[in-house]
Formats: sequence, structure tokens, C-alpha cells
Amino acid sequence: MKASGRITLTAWVLLVLCLLTSTLALHNLNQIRSRARFDDVLYVASPKILQRLSLGYGGVLADVYWTRAVQYFGTKHYRASRQYELLGPLLEITTALDPHLTVAYEFGANFLASAPPAGAGMPERAIRLAEYGIRNNPGEWKLYYNLGFIYYMELKDFSRAADAFMRGSQVPGAHPFLKTMAAQMAEHAGELGMARMLWITNYQSTVDRDIRANAVSHLRALQVDEDVINLEKLVSTYRERTGHWPASFTELASAGMLRALPIDPLGEPYKLAPEGRVEVREPDKFPFIEKGMPSGYTPPPPKFLPSDRDAAQSCC
Amino acid sequence: MAAIEIVGLEKTYHVGFWRKRPKCALRPLDLNVEAGEIFGLLGPNGAGKTTTLKLLMGLVFPTAGSARILGVEINHPGMKAQIGFLPEQPYFYDHLTACELLDYYALLSGVGAKERRRKIDEVLARVGLRDASGLQLRKFSKGMLQRVGIAQAIVHDPRVLFFDEPMSGLDPIGRREVRDLMEELKQQGKTVFFSTHILSDAETLCDRVAILHLGELRGVGAVADLTSSVEGKVEIIWHGSSIPASLKPLTSECHLTGDTVRAIVREANQDAAIDALREQGVRILSLTPVRTSLEEYFVRKLKLSETAAGVGL
Amino acid sequence: MRTRIACIASNTFREAVRDRVLYNLIAFALLMSGAAVLVGQISIGIERLVVVNLGLSAISLFGIVIAIFIGIGLVSKEIEKRTLYTVLSRPVGRWEFIVGKFFGLAGTLVVNTGLMAIGVFAALLYVSRALEPAEVWILVGLYFIILQFLMITAIALFFSSFSSPLLSAVFAFSSFVIGSFAEDLHGFADTAQGASRWLATAAAYLVPNFSSLNVITSVAHQQPVTRQLIVSNSLYALVYTGMVLCGAVLIFERRNLK
Repeated sequence: MKASGRITLTAWVLLVLCLLTSTLALHNLNQIRSRARFDDVLYVASPKILQRLSLGYGGVLADVYWTRAVQYFGTKHYRASRQYELLGPLLEITTALDPHLTVAYEFGANFLASAPPAGAGMPERAIRLAEYGIRNNPGEWKLYYNLGFIYYMELKDFSRAADAFMRGSQVPGAHPFLKTMAAQMAEHAGELGMARMLWITNYQSTVDRDIRANAVSHLRALQVDEDVINLEKLVSTYRERTGHWPASFTELASAGMLRALPIDPLGEPYKLAPEGRVEVREPDKFPFIEKGMPSGYTPPPPKFLPSDRDAAQSCC
Repeated sequence: MAAIEIVGLEKTYHVGFWRKRPKCALRPLDLNVEAGEIFGLLGPNGAGKTTTLKLLMGLVFPTAGSARILGVEINHPGMKAQIGFLPEQPYFYDHLTACELLDYYALLSGVGAKERRRKIDEVLARVGLRDASGLQLRKFSKGMLQRVGIAQAIVHDPRVLFFDEPMSGLDPIGRREVRDLMEELKQQGKTVFFSTHILSDAETLCDRVAILHLGELRGVGAVADLTSSVEGKVEIIWHGSSIPASLKPLTSECHLTGDTVRAIVREANQDAAIDALREQGVRILSLTPVRTSLEEYFVRKLKLSETAAGVGL
Repeated sequence: MRTRIACIASNTFREAVRDRVLYNLIAFALLMSGAAVLVGQISIGIERLVVVNLGLSAISLFGIVIAIFIGIGLVSKEIEKRTLYTVLSRPVGRWEFIVGKFFGLAGTLVVNTGLMAIGVFAALLYVSRALEPAEVWILVGLYFIILQFLMITAIALFFSSFSSPLLSAVFAFSSFVIGSFAEDLHGFADTAQGASRWLATAAAYLVPNFSSLNVITSVAHQQPVTRQLIVSNSLYALVYTGMVLCGAVLIFERRNLK
């Protein structure tokens, strides 16, 4: 069996060599194509045709495209990109293949509409997506909520937002806040309370981890804004009473204006800055705050999403 | 030098879903085949004949033991140029013609370009397929396929030939032709090793035979030696319609046909039988010694429970 | 050795051709002609696009089907029909048999693709009256498709060397489907944790990566293909094919042909 032994040995050696080389070559290919990976989406002229071509396997294909959309967004978000040009097509193809994939519409409302670097900054496109979703799933209250959300947050079109919330509140099983928000829109649009209701509904209406993390960040930011406004009011009142800015919050406490030392949503105490300004100690932990930032502070690009964590792991 | 030497060749398959159950297809086999003889491997179906041939061809790997053909280990590529193989009920590439097929096989066996044409024509004529050389093989009858099979086995002029059931599916004329061909090959000094379960073929052709049963070797030797070990018999035919009473205990077989009776009597009782008939005044038509058939030997051997020792060489 | 492999290869080619595999070209020709004629009336302005997309996709699909169905028969049919016995009883190495069969089928597919390519260019000429220089990228697309065929043929041959025809077809087809989504498998491996991450990464590198070889859409849009990509793809495809063939040889060398 000597000849056969030689052949076996040669074959094994070749196999191992080829395996190693192919792994390396593939790794190299992945590097080359890392940009191009999603580009073929740009060439799908019509998602509808793709749906027909999927021959009944649209559901699986939609899941594939959905996964790609999340990865695409995560990678871009992590890199603090200002352009998410493929997010729209990816979501549109996903929903064309599976019009009932609710989470895709939710993702679109949150991240397609909002301005960069938090999102793609394409609110009109997001609205078209949301309306397509409503047409295909008229019994899904979350989609009406998404539509209203986009109108309120990005376009500041409060009447249309109210209208969407009203339609949604009529769907059985809708979140009770929809009715409340619709009713209060005329008087309280733009207020903190309305925003808070929106973000709570946002959080409670989805199971997607990115959307939830986003909602939590916004709620914390709203809390900070509210706290800062209240605290600064207290500080000016103190000033009016005593004629000088307080040195710390303990002074306010001893004056009976505070029951305890104020802490931010993450448990850190607020800082009392000169001129009566109230600041958070670690502004980086609160993307989206509008008050309580130290002077001259520019917020870094937000990287708080779970997708950011994944992108950090795999990247680049 | 023996043309084929088999030493302790053994094959056990593992069957069953987890491949745990062992199934022994061939018990350790020791066998020698001399150059220039026609050797028959006999046995009922499932005896292990095809397994033996496949082991020798390297199609199946032995569990133990070894074999040499022309002094070279089996599976040695060089040696294979010297052997030819005809599998059982061969089947060939449907869409080739006989000519193209032989060309393919000749090339694989290393026949040079110059000689190929000539050898192919020669071989086709020899198996009687010259007229069909341009026909696609899927149009061939079974007999024609068998002939093509033989043709591909001999086209490269090998020294040792292996045939697995070469007569299967052939009509009497076809079988006669194959027998003649095998005799011719022997005349040319080639060794022929073939397996069959048709004993009459083996009797007429083989110099020596081996008998396999359930994977075990039950007897090896020259046909004449084997059959002579069985007692001789005599066939008596007489005119009449009954068997004399004194004759009955002496006969082993009796057939009545019209007005003749045919009886088989042991050679030792020959005289007693003749006397018995003459007493009756019966007209004896013929008295012929019956050549003991291989079949008798075969049946006997198979009935024995122990392995028989090889009977001479 | 080389003559034997060439002999087996040309015999395989001849068997495939006489088995009327090339009749698939008739179906293809009908498809392309129909498309060329209809496209002019339905989608003005994107005739080229449709013809190239349809043509290359059809070449790819037809070829994969042929590669799988003939590929799985290459070994199992020969065993079933016992034609293999007469070949292996000759001074032919088992590995030579496998390699010869591979080249035979690969050759058949190359010829098939070549003829189909003529059809695509003919249809292209028909719809647009002239060929643009950017059309050269179609040739690159065809080259990549042929690389895919090499890989899938090797895979079909691999499965056929130890498995029944039906199972081989299922495995080979599954490999093709998984391979087409190989990039998503990489993406999944990137986001997984712990043990499943290792498993997914190993799988992502083991399955044939067809997504990088699929440039049909970008070629249809007359986008160029970088030289780097061509070289990398060629290296990958050839080395992967070699690896699978080695596997097939190793299995076949030890196989008992009952």
C-alpha cells in the first residue's frame, strides 16, 4: 500500500494548505468588500419585483435584509457617520418582502427620521415607510404611533401628529397615552410632559433593543432638563432672597428649599456652577440633553446603542 | 512463480445503522494459481466469489491478509497493466460506441497510440463484434455487452485475466464462444481466473477449481482428482417396464420411459446388477460408466460441516 | 498520468454532451430571445440592464443545476452501473479518476457558458444595436460565474464520493444556498457571543463564499470590477476548489466499492 500511502499524505498536506490559504484569501476578500457588502441594495430598482422573484420565500429574505439593516446601521452609528444612505433602501426592501415585519417600521421611525449622527435624517422617507406600514397593517396601533412620532419629533407638525395618534387610539389594544397625547396636543405641544409621554410609549411599544436604549437615553435627558430647570429656578429664588449665589446645594438645603441633595438619573449629584448654573457631572453619559451642559461643551457623537457595542467588537 | 498468490485474505463488513454488526464475507483464504492455467472459483450465490475478485482488483480493501499477482502486491498500479477484469453483468457508458469504449480503456491501460487502432480491430473481430463497432452501446443486447466486456478485458493483451460469471445471460451459442475464447487464451499462455456457479462450464474448462461456501474455502484441486474421489457409477438401460426385485436394492436411481428403463448402479455392484437382469431374461440396451459430475462432489462438500483440506495440487 | 486524467476528462465531457446536456442551450436561447423581444416593448431605457441581469442570472442558475445534477452522478452513477470497476482495475489511480471527472465536468460547463455568453451578447446587440466598452465587465461577471461552477462542481463531486445521489444533491444544493448567504453568516458571527461566535466564524470560513463572486447586479449597471477583487476571488475560488477536491480524493481512496 505504499503508493496509496503517498497519495493520502499528499492529499492531506494539500488539503491543509488549501484550507489555510482559502481562509486567508477569504479574510482578504472580506476586507476588500466591507464597503461593498450592502451596495447591491442600491441596484434593486424595485423592491416589489424582488418580492415577486423571491418565490414565496419573501419572509426569510426579509429577515436576512432586516439583519443587514441592523448591522449596517450599527456600523455606521458606531463610526458616527453623518450618512446612512442605505438605511432607507434596506428598510424598504425588508418591508416590501415582508409587509408585516413591524419592527422594521419602528426602526425606520426612530432611526431613519432622526437627524444625523443619531439617524439618517430622512423624515419624509420615514413617513412614506410608516404610511406603507399602516396600509398593510391597519390593525397595528404601533404604526400609527410611529407616524405621529415622526411628525411630532422631526417635522414639528403637531396637528398631523395629533391626527395620527387619534387614529391609533381607536385601534383596540392601543396604548392609553395615544388618546391622551392626541387630546392634549393642541395646548401642550412641545412641552416636556408630552415628550415624556412619547418616549415612554416608544419604550413600551417595542422589544427592539436599539429603540429601547434610544428611548431610555431620551427619557433620562428629559429628566435632566426638567431637573436643571427646576434647580436653576430654586437657585435664582435663593439669590433673590439672599442677594448672592449659593456656594453649594447644602446651603439651599439648610435654607429649607431642598429636602435632599439632588442627583441625576444615573445617581450622580448635580454640580452647582458659578452664576447659578446647574450642571451634570458627566455630560458624556447623557446624549440628547439640552440643559445642564458645562459651558463650551460639545457633545461627542452618541455611542450608547447595543448595536454600537457589537460594531465595536467586530470592527475596524 | 505462481500467477496469483493469496495468503490469509479476509474481508469483514460492518453493517447496521451504527456499522457495528460484523458480517464476514470472506474467511481467511489461502490459494495459489499457477501461470497458464484456467482456474475456476465455484460456489453458490453469496459464497464470496465476487468479494474475492473485488479484493484482488483493489475495489475493496481486505480486513486482513495479502495477495500478489505476478509476484507484485495487489493495488500496485504497475501490475494492473498486466491484468484484465470482466465484472459481473457489466454495463458500460451508454453513449459511446464499442470502438470508442475500447479506445478509452486501451488508453487507460497504457496502450500506445500506434498500436491501439490495430489491437481494437483485432479484439473486436475476435469477440465477433466487428460489424457493430460503430453502434452506441445502449443499443447492444446483453450478449453483445458481455462480448464487449471480454473485449475490454483483453484489448491490452494482459497476462492474467479475471472474469466474474462470464457466461451469465448468454445463450448456448454465446457460452460456447466464450468457452472457446477462454481456451484460446490459455493456448496463448495466459492465466484465466474466473468465478461461476455453473458447474458444467467449470468441468469442461478448468484445470483446477476451488469451492467456496459461505465465505470459506471447501476444496481445491484438479477437476479429475476431485471427481475421482467420489465413487464411480454405471448407467444400465434395458428394454422392459419394471425393475426386477433383486435389482432394486442395488440402484440409486430409476427412470421408466415408455418401454425402456434406465437405472444407475454403483460400480461395485455392476456385475450383480447384470446378473439380476439376465436372470429375468431382460434385453440390456446399454451399459455406460457415468462420469461423476462435479456437482456431486460439490453437493457433498457443501454438506460437510468441516472445511476440507486441499486435495493435492 | 496526465494522459490518463485527460482521457477520463474527455470521456466525461463526451458522455455529458451525448447525454444531451447541451440541449439546455435551446431552453436558454428561447429565454434570451423572448426576453430580448419583449424587453424592448416593456421597459424603455433599461433594455441593456434587463438583458444583462437576466442573461447572467440564467447562465448562473442553469450552470449550477447542471453542475449539481451531473456532478453527483459522476461517481455514484459509475458505481451503480459498475462502469467504475473496469476503470479501476486498470493502472488508474483513484485520485486520477476524481481529478479527471472534475476537469471533464468543468470543461463541459465552460463550453456551455461560452455558448450562452454568445447568446447574451447577441441579445444585447439586438436591443441596443451597438456594444459599449463598459460591456467588458460582463466578461468578468462570466468569469466569476465560472469560478462559482468550479467550486460547486468540486462540492458535488465531494458529496458524490461517499453519499447516495439523492443525499448528494440535497447537500450540494444546501451548500449553494448557504454559500450565497455567506456574508450574512459572517455578519452573524460578528455579533454572536462566546461559543456560538466561534462556531459561526468557523462555519463562515468553511462554507463556499458565493456572495463575493456575485457581481451580476453591479456589472449590469456597468460598474467596473477592481483588479484586486478579480485576483482575490480567483485565488479564493481556486484554492477552495482544490481543498474540496483533496477531501474528495481522501474519501474516495479509502472507500470500499461494494
